[in-house]
Amino acid sequence: MSGARQRLSFDARVRDALADPLLKVAIDRTTGNARAKRAAAMAAWPGFSAARELGRDIKDHVIAHLDHYLVQFERNARSSGAQVHWARSGPEACDIVVAICRKAGARTVTRSKSMLGEEIGLPHALQEAAIERVETDLAEHIIQLAGDPPSHIIWPALHKTREQVAELFHAHHHDPGTLDSIEAMVASARRELRGRFLAADVGISGANFLIADTGAVCTVTNEGNAELTTTPPRVHIVTAGIEKLVPSCAHAMAMLRLLVRSATGAELTQYTTFHCGPKRPGDLDGPAEFHIVLVDGGRTRMLAEGLAEMLRCIRCGACLNHCVVYRHIGGHAYGAVYPGPMGSVLTPMLDGLPQSKDLPRACTLNGQCQEVCPVAIPLPTLLRGWRDRIWSTGLESVTVRQGFAVWRFLALHPALYRQASAMAVWMMAWFARGGWIARMPLAGGWTRYRDMPRPPRRTFIAQYRRRMARP
Amino acid sequence: MRQDSSRQSAGGPCVGLFVTCLVDAMRPAIGFAAINLLEAAGCRVEVPLQQTCCGQPALNSGDLAGARQIAQHTIALLEPFEYVVVPSGSCAATIRVHYTELFHEDPVWRARAQALAARTHELLSFLVDIRGWLPEQVALSASATYHDSCSGLRELAINAQPRRLLAAVEGLSLRPLEGNATCCGFGGMFCVKYAAISNAIVAEKAQSIEATGAELLLGGDLGCLMNLAGKLHRRGSRVRAFHTAEILAGMGGGPAIGEAT
Repeated sequence: MSGARQRLSFDARVRDALADPLLKVAIDRTTGNARAKRAAAMAAWPGFSAARELGRDIKDHVIAHLDHYLVQFERNARSSGAQVHWARSGPEACDIVVAICRKAGARTVTRSKSMLGEEIGLPHALQEAAIERVETDLAEHIIQLAGDPPSHIIWPALHKTREQVAELFHAHHHDPGTLDSIEAMVASARRELRGRFLAADVGISGANFLIADTGAVCTVTNEGNAELTTTPPRVHIVTAGIEKLVPSCAHAMAMLRLLVRSATGAELTQYTTFHCGPKRPGDLDGPAEFHIVLVDGGRTRMLAEGLAEMLRCIRCGACLNHCVVYRHIGGHAYGAVYPGPMGSVLTPMLDGLPQSKDLPRACTLNGQCQEVCPVAIPLPTLLRGWRDRIWSTGLESVTVRQGFAVWRFLALHPALYRQASAMAVWMMAWFARGGWIARMPLAGGWTRYRDMPRPPRRTFIAQYRRRMARP
Repeated sequence: MRQDSSRQSAGGPCVGLFVTCLVDAMRPAIGFAAINLLEAAGCRVEVPLQQTCCGQPALNSGDLAGARQIAQHTIALLEPFEYVVVPSGSCAATIRVHYTELFHEDPVWRARAQALAARTHELLSFLVDIRGWLPEQVALSASATYHDSCSGLRELAINAQPRRLLAAVEGLSLRPLEGNATCCGFGGMFCVKYAAISNAIVAEKAQSIEATGAELLLGGDLGCLMNLAGKLHRRGSRVRAFHTAEILAGMGGGPAIGEAT
């Protein structure tokens, strides 16, 4: 996250986002496409709801038996020749990665897209260690050139229009060519990156699944950049959250069906690779060293604090694509690594509730995120849970608390409530012109953007009483 | 707690009407439309006069203690009725879905909340699913489009019922609304707390509504309808907004939301 943007308040970030017309164009293009493709994929898949239940059950089972599967994964990964490291926190994970790079004498590392890498602050840690980082995912390459953090968990450069990308490539690429089509831009990126893949000392990837019974790490990409990141360099490092475990390859396949359709609407990604240990004698290629860094980073705390369901998340991005708030403010306004509904649940855990208390509240609780979630995470319920925590830990403003206290007192005393509502509708009528109120004290949040219908002279209960009193 | 009512007809289930705080203060016509419809569907309707708010604002703001107190008041008030009917998906969902969650550590109140939840229904779904009722001899020559409010749609599966009811209104044609199941940006406190985001959402929604070319906007939740009607009016749009109950009760010829009486 770029420091300057994060220091702004949520409201200021939202203001910036809403004032940027190109941002909305960029968001609509990508998320609109994603929603349409996902809808088509689901319509063509009668087994979706059964698959969703299975996916949810697999994740719940693994989360309930993390201790068993972690140990099993570690044992099998070691016996395939991998070196397994455990990190309690993000900084600890970065230290492990940097130490491996230093030991390998690495000057340049290639990296394939990994949200966990962003979460633990790996780009920054590598920079601090003076190790050159080359992002190989096309979208990550774009935002590395722009100096931006990712704005979506699947399409990190979603906030850039193709026109803006062409400008960036023109300014930064050594041989950009014409850049007059998407194909030409991809070709320019390929020319730029190809040599870097082969020159890297260490390749760093994330993991989509950690397969316990074989110790293999599964990655899925559409560009093949993960394969080029993990195969040519001497050392391959995987960083993965411990919730990525699945019992077996069959379970990974069940999750993969859900992940790809939910993310892009495709049935399968272009590349699905199982990385299992370093290069063996007789292998034509592969790294000499294969490291897996397993990161807790607050995950066991989530288990303890009623957020276990969030550990089901397979990072498909469907909740972002379908969120009305995300679709208007984009990823950067959230001021955190993970935006959208899933991010608004995770960020208070990762960054602390006081710094991120706007996120669970900047949501209409419309429930569309839960509806599209491939593992049925009850996102609105979890967001409500944070709101409860905001209230119970005193993070809500005094004005709001006092307002609620008065309102609650009235709601519990119907006679007073009747008088107060009669007075309120009488006073509101003062501000009305015709049937509408365009401006009214204490209602600026409403009337700044929309008109308020004028209430009738008498409330329903008052009118009903009169009717009943008639003979 | 029950109020005597001279409007009772013999037979039929006894329905307690919970009008919601918003209908009470902002649009009583919806409450009277609900009474007419329920009576037409063969119910005896009573309006418990001690009703206030279901407590949803407290629930959604994290004030669980406050929400519990208001829920207890409402449960005690409504539990004598055979059915409780609410002309709002989100308030009905608060009683049907969220009251029981509020009392997960209190077996006595949990049982009372569950018993009430099982008998509480949103108005339009009650008319179709429980009473099997459709309007007869209601006519309105107009084109309309329908906004599905999120709580009703996702927490109570209300989708087909309002359309079936409206299809029985002679002369009324329903036009599909692009993104009809997408939130309008109301969200209760959200629309004033995060007003700029809410505005961006409702502005886009208003454009979609205008693009249908329909004369009327219909829905089943006054909060969303006030948000949409208020934005449409601010934009200078001519689309007129009604609660579906008003149309079904033959009140479509009267003033729409925001039109002077």
